[in-house]
Amino acid sequence: MVLWSLSCWASLGGDIASVQADATGMQASVKTTQTPAYTLHEMQSATGTTVREFVSSSGTVFAVAWKGASPPNLKQLLGSQFEQYQQAMKSSSGRAGRGPVTIQLPNLVVQLAGHMGNYSGRAYIPDKVPAGTSLESIR
Amino acid sequence: MKTLVKLRLPVLAMSAVAVALMTACGGSSSNHQNTIASSASNVQAITVNSGPAGNYANGAFISVTVCVPSTSNCQSIDGVLVDTGSYGLRLLSSSGGGALTVALPNQTGTNGNTIGECAPFVSGLTWGPVATADIAISGEKASAIPVQVIDGTFATLPGQCADFGVPEQETLTGQNGLEANGILGVGPLVQDCGSQCTVTGSSNPGLYYDCAGSTCTVTTQALAQQVQNPVASFATDNNGVIVELPSASNPTASLSGSLVFGIGTQSNNSLNGASVFPINSDIEFSTTFNGQVYPAFVDSGSNAYFFLDSGTTSLPECSDDTSFYCPASNTGFSATPSATGGASETVKFTIGNADSQFSIASAFVFPTLGGPNPGAFDWGLPFFFGRNVFTAINGKSTPGGQGPYWAF
Repeated sequence: MVLWSLSCWASLGGDIASVQADATGMQASVKTTQTPAYTLHEMQSATGTTVREFVSSSGTVFAVAWKGASPPNLKQLLGSQFEQYQQAMKSSSGRAGRGPVTIQLPNLVVQLAGHMGNYSGRAYIPDKVPAGTSLESIR
Repeated sequence: MKTLVKLRLPVLAMSAVAVALMTACGGSSSNHQNTIASSASNVQAITVNSGPAGNYANGAFISVTVCVPSTSNCQSIDGVLVDTGSYGLRLLSSSGGGALTVALPNQTGTNGNTIGECAPFVSGLTWGPVATADIAISGEKASAIPVQVIDGTFATLPGQCADFGVPEQETLTGQNGLEANGILGVGPLVQDCGSQCTVTGSSNPGLYYDCAGSTCTVTTQALAQQVQNPVASFATDNNGVIVELPSASNPTASLSGSLVFGIGTQSNNSLNGASVFPINSDIEFSTTFNGQVYPAFVDSGSNAYFFLDSGTTSLPECSDDTSFYCPASNTGFSATPSATGGASETVKFTIGNADSQFSIASAFVFPTLGGPNPGAFDWGLPFFFGRNVFTAINGKSTPGGQGPYWAF
């Protein structure tokens, strides 16, 4: 049951219904923009952070992006992808430093950037990105 | 903490790389004067080196003195990272291997409970109690300022904080180690949260917590009680800072520079013709690259030129750490920071291979380190090499106009 309810909240990799779950979770209204390759659902979280969810014609959320004064609930946005992202985040060692992070896994890319007072980032599933969609547009 | 696995190249390959780097041109260059202020009451020495854990790439460190308020019970703490991308002093407790041992009094709420803070950074978060300290840096003092003590043993990390999804950084070394004894946030704002944290309800981002024993729940935090940039509270020289670092052409062990307090308040901190770039409400300005305008910011606490992506720059990401670029050879770039109602200035910089640079075991200063930051520019520490960078604080008057702005 716990797993089921988690996937119900899952956004990235989830279906169109999870977009509504996110909007409800964020108490947000959704602005929808149709492009030839995908539908963009844009919502603002209660804390003012803009969240964009990219849904392919088959109804899959293939990317999420965010920008705002406070970081988003990444666990909710990444949904079932959150665990593997967290593992990858913890796995490196060596030279230390601070700055934007790019996690690149075979089936998941997560990029975090910004600074205190302005956080941005995106996550996408490479093989679910519709053909002809520029990665530049995912933000 | 973003970290990178050191590439272990054979000795022969390493020498070839070193020769290539020696003959290549360096990082970036400034159109304006790059002077390093000598010792004065408003000057604190900066060292860019390996840091207190001996492994930091492009970290600018200084020494800070903290005291139990209104007492002479003080401690000088070195290895504190100078961060113009955050606001307020955070010190790693000895429980996590940090230098802090003086017992700073915890801040308490009206119910007597300790106030905790979850401070989100991009590559990790800091968790621990808010304490109160007198802070002395060079001859400048800030009295009874809220600071954060980074201490993972303090209380259970709240779920809302964990859901930010970045690792907790609460030890000096090891996985997700802070690799610094603290972070001194001297960015363009005063408080680390602002008005959002003063209200109840779902618009509160959940940075401040009321902690009953080990159980913490989100609480409101008045502006004056928030962890904050101590510079704004100095009696003088309180309108901003200048980070002054010399240029570096090649990877090297260390650089010596100065953190200067105040802008146009003393003979040693005038703008000196630097161009002023006002900061917008997103704490950003703009940078134009190849005719496209991108959001941008300047941040000594970011350890590379983080900009755009492989597709836009033609720079491949390193195979062992995709947070950095690994071009086959040094590659020159030109981009133009600009601000509404402010200056516009072209910056030339060079990006080299991160793996090759990190393979030089004795080097901790990397003038050509770069990495991806899709759709944006983060002018990190290498940008500061050879360039005096001014950060004016929100609402403060300076000869270059009212803060917030960056100038260089």
